[in-house]
Amino acid sequence: MSKNPPNYISTTNACKLCRPLGACLAFKGIEGAVPYLHGSQGCATYMRRYIISHYNEPIDIASSSLSEKHAVYGGGPNLKLGLTNVAAKYRPKLIGIAATCLTETIGDDVRMILQEYRRDTEGSQGLPDFVNVSTPSYSGTHMEGFHGAVASVVEQMAEGGPRGGEINLLPGFVSSADYRYLKEVMADFGLECIMLPDLSETMDGEALLQYEKVPVGGTPLKSIKAMGRSRATIEFGRTLKETRTGGCILKGVRDVDNFQIGMPVGIEETDRFFGLLRKLSGRDVPHKYAKARGRLVDAYVDGHKYVFGKKAIVYGEEDLVVGVAAFLAEIGIRPVLCASGGTSRRLAEAILEATGDILPEQPEVHEGMDFFEISELAESLAPDLIVGHSKGYPLARKLAIPLIRVGFPIHDRVGGQRILHLGYHGAQQLFDTITNALIAKKQDDSEVGYSYM
Amino acid sequence: MEAVALKDRENQIHIKGEAPFEIVCDKDSLAGAVSQRACVFCGSRVVLYPIADALHLVHGPIGCAVYTWDIRGALSSGPELHRLSFSTDLQEMDVIFGGEKKLYNALTELIDRHSPRAAFVYSTCIVGIIGDDLEAICRRVEAEKGIPVIPVKSEGFKGNKRAGYKAACDAMFRLIGTGDTSGISPYSINILGDFNLAGEIWMIRDYYQRMGVEVVANITGDGRVDDIRRAHGASLNVVQCSGSTMELADMMEKKYGIPSLRVSYFGIEDMSEALYDIARFFKDEKMLERTRKLVQGEAQKLILELEPYRKTLAGKKAAIYVGGSFKAFSLVKAFRLIDMQVVLVGSQTGTVEDYKELEAITDPGTVIVDDSNPLELTSFLKEKEVDVFVGGVKERPIAYKLGIGFCDHNHERKEALAGFDGMLNFAREVYSSVMSPVWRFVPRHSSKDLGNKV
Ligand code: SF4
Ligand code: SF4
Repeated sequence: MSKNPPNYISTTNACKLCRPLGACLAFKGIEGAVPYLHGSQGCATYMRRYIISHYNEPIDIASSSLSEKHAVYGGGPNLKLGLTNVAAKYRPKLIGIAATCLTETIGDDVRMILQEYRRDTEGSQGLPDFVNVSTPSYSGTHMEGFHGAVASVVEQMAEGGPRGGEINLLPGFVSSADYRYLKEVMADFGLECIMLPDLSETMDGEALLQYEKVPVGGTPLKSIKAMGRSRATIEFGRTLKETRTGGCILKGVRDVDNFQIGMPVGIEETDRFFGLLRKLSGRDVPHKYAKARGRLVDAYVDGHKYVFGKKAIVYGEEDLVVGVAAFLAEIGIRPVLCASGGTSRRLAEAILEATGDILPEQPEVHEGMDFFEISELAESLAPDLIVGHSKGYPLARKLAIPLIRVGFPIHDRVGGQRILHLGYHGAQQLFDTITNALIAKKQDDSEVGYSYM
Repeated sequence: MEAVALKDRENQIHIKGEAPFEIVCDKDSLAGAVSQRACVFCGSRVVLYPIADALHLVHGPIGCAVYTWDIRGALSSGPELHRLSFSTDLQEMDVIFGGEKKLYNALTELIDRHSPRAAFVYSTCIVGIIGDDLEAICRRVEAEKGIPVIPVKSEGFKGNKRAGYKAACDAMFRLIGTGDTSGISPYSINILGDFNLAGEIWMIRDYYQRMGVEVVANITGDGRVDDIRRAHGASLNVVQCSGSTMELADMMEKKYGIPSLRVSYFGIEDMSEALYDIARFFKDEKMLERTRKLVQGEAQKLILELEPYRKTLAGKKAAIYVGGSFKAFSLVKAFRLIDMQVVLVGSQTGTVEDYKELEAITDPGTVIVDDSNPLELTSFLKEKEVDVFVGGVKERPIAYKLGIGFCDHNHERKEALAGFDGMLNFAREVYSSVMSPVWRFVPRHSSKDLGNKV
């Protein structure tokens, strides 16, 4: 159904972020880890600012602070110096190193430099582990950076050995509330779960008396090492397929069964997730979730007329877009445009897979889009709402329609990290938010202004 | 004190009254330290960004452009082209084969689409490495499109933010001198170094108008290309804080003989001084009289309005960590005006002289830091039992995490803090943080013991 997308040379108001940012976020979900950018100072400062505006949490990202001289002669010495300084100052358990455009271009071989560094420092006490990921921003988005970091972590750290009973869960980039929810779900199914990463505490922490150099929480290193021995991996993301993901690597290297499923947004996709958990645990869906599903269905029924036939534009990270599209489809809202700055080449196919049996007509699906292009298409599509992160606000404002905030970044509201997207509970929140936004819009626009529906 | 400073950094921290004064600054950030410092590109972008009818194209990979999209509160009274984020979004092939063609095509496309009055093309780190000839492409497009197309040499790794200010000044200097200056009053100025955050420059312009001074160009808050082109017709450059545009004033003085005046619009004292200085410069009795009336009227009104805030806030402790040290001076004085005590002050880009001056105006025991990082800052905040911390967006979560009040004073703020009204807003901001009842729940002030009230 995809028509020819507009094809501009320049990018205006991008609908994507750069790769190292995704890697830093993934590293933040590992216990005792400090993200480290091998590059110049600016990138790290910008990314910190960007991430902070969403989470309202401190985030330290160290940097090699390369200057012109290093750019010419190579950044190796600065990388080593920087690692020593971070190790001394933060006492981290792990330093997650992501390259930047600069160091990828000058050709610094981080893996080799790290090997040298390990040799140089042999016998030292208290040095952390190191993981490195290649993240040139000129190919891919923050999501490639995120998945790439997860893949590198398991590739470089997961060990083999006798098979255990654990389940690896690789949810991709979701909110802190989502990570918390997933842990609860796994525990309620009685499954021993290793979730990577885990941003539930590290990026949504408590008020503190003592500043923690490295916040508590995150996936324990011991668990990451054990991932190669787990019984199975569950990986969210219909657009991932055979790319270099954590699940694929664990399957390839350690022969851990990999189940790739869609991000569980809405009833259909959550049913698939819970179905899988039933199979893996041999248990029925816990009462709590059966009840929640029941309430959700009841709410869908109560609210169906307010949302039916409405048209939505969905944009953002590809797998979240797929999930949101599936959810909208099942409540009777028609996604008319699904757009992402990502370029997996699988977005349209994934949306078809997830919505094919509900939607009479597939939406326009475009990858590699920016907000200028989305805006241009929006004019003729006449949507009733848009669903995505904060950067779509100018579009919502121009069209005078509600923006339903999901994903990252949420820069114009508080609590972005506490938006629950996943499972029956997440769908309940999304449904109420969307339905109320549409009701409010109608109420505000109405001359009568009823105070009941 | 807890030893928290990295060894190499110890001489970038100074505690007043402890040792003879010496502080090392203008040093490249140390590898591995989490610095609050930004890059050259950031400095250039900050200064040029508010020019609202220019096209700002970032030549590089997507990150540098997307992280600077509409992040600042610089308002425009007309066009808002500056609020869009344009990038060449370099891809792997461009990096391998060079990005010049893409840059040319992108520039042409965007100029055709938006008809800007000028275009600024920012180079980023990667462009410095692949060696695209920005100068040549810009010249070509300029000839073809008939508007100024100016390269900004802002490769991030070529220094710190201050180098970026310089690159921005160089870029603007190419515009200045190309416009018609006829009809400009002898009582005329350019406003340099105000970025019209939350509409500040409008308040300032209003003061100047009441004094009878013509403003030729805003550099750069609510800025317009054509105004900047004729900025050399003004009699005086009034340069506010931050030092970001001092460079430009110096260049203009050299080439066009325009003197400059360094001012701050922040706090009653500095604001009044600024207006008087300008009136004195023009040596016009009537103007001086008008200024006196203006200042007295505004100051009287303000003192009255400030009084309730002063009463409650007196004795509370403040910490300051901001971009430019000139801003730090003003903040120190502003806190004094409401009887608050400044226990820490620092900046990202101060010079040795700046720090000497800071040391002169602060109380003994005040900690003075250059280019600090989160760990260092927090240990000081805790030790000094700070009530409110003034800083940028990156410092806010640290303060909040430890249950310390916070006031935004950076380029992203949405409250006007300049001018007489700004001082009142500032007091309100500080008040609304310090006096909030929520602090009673933070661990600093209460036990975590749930149910201890039963
Ligand atoms: S790549 Fe260079 S110019 Fe861009 S943000 Fe990083 S340091 Fe700054
Ligand atoms: S240079 Fe690359 S890594 Fe750095 S901010 Fe720009 S896109 Fe991101």
